[in-house]
Amino acid sequence: MSTSADTPMLEIDGLEAWYGEAKILFGLSLAVAPGEAVALVGRNGAGKSTTMKAVMGLVRRRARRLALHGKDMAGLPTYAVARLGIGYVPEDRRIFTDLTVGENLDLGSRAVRPGDGGLIGPDWPREALFALFPNLAALQDRLGGQMSGGEQQMLAVARALVGRPALLLLDEPSEGVAPIIVEQMIGALAALKASGLSLLISEQNTALCSAVCDRAYVIEQGEVRWQGSMDALDSAVEPTRIFG
Amino acid sequence: MSLDALLFQAVNGLASASGLFLVAAGLSIIFGVTRIVNMAHGSFYMLGLYLAVTLAPKIGTWIGGPFGFWAGILAAALVVAALGALIEMTLLRRLYGAPELYQLLATFALLLVINDAALFLWGPEDILGPRAPGLSGSVMLLGRRLPEYDIFLALIGPAVLIGLHLLLARTRFGRLIRAATQDREMVAALGINEALLFTMVFALGAGIAGLGGALQMAREPASLTLDLSVLGDAFVVVVVGGMGSIRGAYLAAVLVAEAKALCTALGVVDIFGFTFNMSRLTLVAEFLVMALVLIVRPHGLFGRPQPPAARGGPAEPPLRPFSAPARLLALAAVALFAAMPLIGTLVSYAPVLALDMLVAALFAASLHFIMGPGGMASFGHAAYFGLGAYGTAYAVTALSLPTPLAFATGIGVAAFGAVLFGWFCVRLEGVYFAMLTLAFAQIVWSVAFQWEEVTGGSNGLFDVWPEWPFDSRTGLYLAAFVVTLAGLLLLRRLVFAPFGMALRAARDSRLRAEASGIPVARVRWLAFALAGAVCGAAGGLFAFAKGSISPEAISVGRSIDGLVMVLIGGVQSLIGPVVGAGAFTLLQDSVMRETDYWRALLGLIILAVVLLFPFGIAGGLSRGLRRPGGAR
Repeated sequence: MSTSADTPMLEIDGLEAWYGEAKILFGLSLAVAPGEAVALVGRNGAGKSTTMKAVMGLVRRRARRLALHGKDMAGLPTYAVARLGIGYVPEDRRIFTDLTVGENLDLGSRAVRPGDGGLIGPDWPREALFALFPNLAALQDRLGGQMSGGEQQMLAVARALVGRPALLLLDEPSEGVAPIIVEQMIGALAALKASGLSLLISEQNTALCSAVCDRAYVIEQGEVRWQGSMDALDSAVEPTRIFG
Repeated sequence: MSLDALLFQAVNGLASASGLFLVAAGLSIIFGVTRIVNMAHGSFYMLGLYLAVTLAPKIGTWIGGPFGFWAGILAAALVVAALGALIEMTLLRRLYGAPELYQLLATFALLLVINDAALFLWGPEDILGPRAPGLSGSVMLLGRRLPEYDIFLALIGPAVLIGLHLLLARTRFGRLIRAATQDREMVAALGINEALLFTMVFALGAGIAGLGGALQMAREPASLTLDLSVLGDAFVVVVVGGMGSIRGAYLAAVLVAEAKALCTALGVVDIFGFTFNMSRLTLVAEFLVMALVLIVRPHGLFGRPQPPAARGGPAEPPLRPFSAPARLLALAAVALFAAMPLIGTLVSYAPVLALDMLVAALFAASLHFIMGPGGMASFGHAAYFGLGAYGTAYAVTALSLPTPLAFATGIGVAAFGAVLFGWFCVRLEGVYFAMLTLAFAQIVWSVAFQWEEVTGGSNGLFDVWPEWPFDSRTGLYLAAFVVTLAGLLLLRRLVFAPFGMALRAARDSRLRAEASGIPVARVRWLAFALAGAVCGAAGGLFAFAKGSISPEAISVGRSIDGLVMVLIGGVQSLIGPVVGAGAFTLLQDSVMRETDYWRALLGLIILAVVLLFPFGIAGGLSRGLRRPGGAR
């Protein structure tokens, strides 16, 4: 890419989004630098998931600017957003339960295509994926619907990675997952960050946030209320505003 | 009956099952991915047959007859697939966010347009195709001649079944179809162009149906009635097999076709001294198969429990009693209709038209009762109209009952039919309900068509004239006026009664209603039966007004007319169906009599309504021209 290094990987300015008739986001703005991991924190219903869905074009949205590494994506349909170089790991994982693990991974494989003009992130051949998530290696022929929540979570991340995204949106990767799997997830996310991937993580688990993320945004009622470094978050914001 | 006759019919049944399976499989795949039940799917079958019959001889003159036959079949399937892609891109794409009812209506409108297009292109006469070169002979088996082509067709079904299975299991396209069937949004989020996928799936489904039709070339003539008859059968097959299951569709197609074949094989049999011509009861057999399967497995052989129906569009607003001005307006309309015989002395045609309007209003109001407050959009309401009309007509002509008693008989027959069919229908929701009601209506229509001893077959029943004091035009009109008014008031009263509230609660949330102690299934069943009874009254009035009843008057077209009336008036309003019925009757009387292609005209009107107001006319007006549903 010819764009300079200080171009943000993800740039959101004045994002508004609706669920049907209900407006959820009221002019939200944030940015993720290349190679940065950013936490999106806030109470349930604050608009974290909606922010990610709005980026992906899964809800009705409007923004002054919505761009991936300088490329505008405000008017693009969902599939085109994905092809620009964004991997999406949704809140409830949304594994294809009737497909095997291998088939789930195959479906993700062509998100970013060379020559499409998208931003191509690090390559994740199967060996690298299974090194990241050892549990998946033995489960390749298992149906998605027959996996535990933690295994599904790993598969959801892996499925997004095979598309070679440059930016990964992770919606609550530790939700409903056993503590031991959360540990593994933290390790995997740190490895992803080390590989050069940019991450935007919506999370309520402080351990995961502080282990992986550089900066944080606090969202309340569809707007950003605080932003700063991960270290400053603890002292600056009362926990009830985030986890209430 | 001998064993060889049975075998002969069994092969025949398998051959029919293949055609049926191809239509049902396409319907099922399209529904899985797009969530649209394509009412025009039988039309693709019909078009496939017409195209094959036309193309095969043409291609035959270029490349030699024997190849022409097979190339014609292939070409027909491909043309239908291309047409499917075109229809998806121009029409269906605009409907994915719309409520189910609108999707069903729009694709039904397509059926009407395609039927008239076929009438325009190929004319009203059936067209026979060439015989299959190389397969026109027969094989001797157990001393019976089995047509080779039937054996070939019997093998096509399993071949396509295996082919589809391999496509779904082994190819990326198949994986995409399976994934999109579960979660379209997630497929898009993985960078897959779902619009393109939908187009390809629709083309595939249409092509398979077209192939199914084209393959019948050597077996049955191309006919304009095929679209609806095949659609009805395909709905039965899909409901029996379980929506979304390909192997279920095949098994169900075999079951249905074999049950019919068995009836044909049995021929005339004596049971307890009564003589039954079983070959006339093929449709009853179809119904029995469906009934048995649904009693044992409510979701079909391989079906899964349906997810709660996603209700498109806004929530239904609460119903309000008339405001004072509206009440005055309604009273004025009642007075106007009561005075119609006096107006008739000035404009002699007015009472005739007014009587049509009364019948239509009662019919539409009874449909609205289950559709609006009940949330169950029936695509087969003509069945109860027909049962009422035939019941009344039979009581008058064959039983010579006095007029009021004959009328009551008609209502009783309709109510019985609604109780019987309703038991099955109210267990289903949304598109499943629509499909099953349509299938039942198709069965009632076919029974009326086939059971000549009772229904008079295609001619219907004549001389259904009422006795004194209803034998004069004024007498009949006033009686119809009183009956219609009573029916409308009854339905209105019911909607505001606790029963109506329970019905509306069940519509808005089945689970919450059940948790509040409302026996949802029973409430819906009763509503269905009541609507059927009132609809039967409309049918009885119709029979008296026309003096006759024929299968044509109770075809699927009438069911759709009712839906259009309700939609024109607005589903949310209680007075809507009455206004809609009036407007529709006027429109039908003035415009549609002027053209041979009124079906296409009606179809285009429906399409215009659906595309301009994807959330209903009432909803559309209040929402202005805002984009529907956003990006979802």
